[in-house]
Amino acid sequence: MQISARRMDKTTIFDVSGDIDLANSPEIRKALLKEIKETKTPRVVMNLLKVRYIDSSGVASLVEGLKASRDAGTRFILFGLSPAAREVLQLSRLLKIFEVHDTEEQALA
Amino acid sequence: MKMELHSDPGMLCVVRAAMEQLTDVFGFSAPETRSVTRAVDEALTNIMRHSYGGQVDRPIEILCHRVPKRPGTGDGFEVLLTDRGPAVDKSKLKGRRLDEIKPGGLGLHFIRQSMDVVEFKREQGANLLQLVKYLKAEKQD
Repeated sequence: MQISARRMDKTTIFDVSGDIDLANSPEIRKALLKEIKETKTPRVVMNLLKVRYIDSSGVASLVEGLKASRDAGTRFILFGLSPAAREVLQLSRLLKIFEVHDTEEQALA
Repeated sequence: MKMELHSDPGMLCVVRAAMEQLTDVFGFSAPETRSVTRAVDEALTNIMRHSYGGQVDRPIEILCHRVPKRPGTGDGFEVLLTDRGPAVDKSKLKGRRLDEIKPGGLGLHFIRQSMDVVEFKREQGANLLQLVKYLKAEKQD
């Protein structure tokens, strides 16, 4: 799994690639919480176009990001969900809880 | 097929790759293949986190078999996972309520949603988790 950040005015986009599982979800969690709680970025966007798989620990990291953004009064957005990632959010009934878009353009609109 | 591995999270991607291939060859559809792979991955994650408490050098064994069909199904794909951690407290195997928005507690929920049989046993000092997913019955012409 690789994660990198693109920072622009009031928005940070995390580009993630590979599988998110127990081996690396702590890294996702740490990056998200730092950006939301410490940097206090108004809009944090997760680009999941190149993520093929997310396990329950990855979903937990996304939920923590969502809760932190709600506490901070900021936005937390996902886009580019693979079939496996979409399934896992549907199974956990969390798909409707997140702001989800198909493309980066829609996520930034 | 038999796999023996250590409780290192870095091995999860290796097992997922093997499960995707095996379940595809077995005859499952793409969503079913993802489903079984997810269940095995989550079961291994639970063993690594809860049974072994994050230790990365403990043994895990995975056995995969074809099992006979049940009425109304095709053959079954059985996965037996064995670990040498402390006995599982079955009262804690509930998962969390899905109307709660909080991290954690989803793994067991994913396993139960994905598989037709989920059974925990304690045998000879080991935890044994049996997972079975059945193929859909073939249509009769």
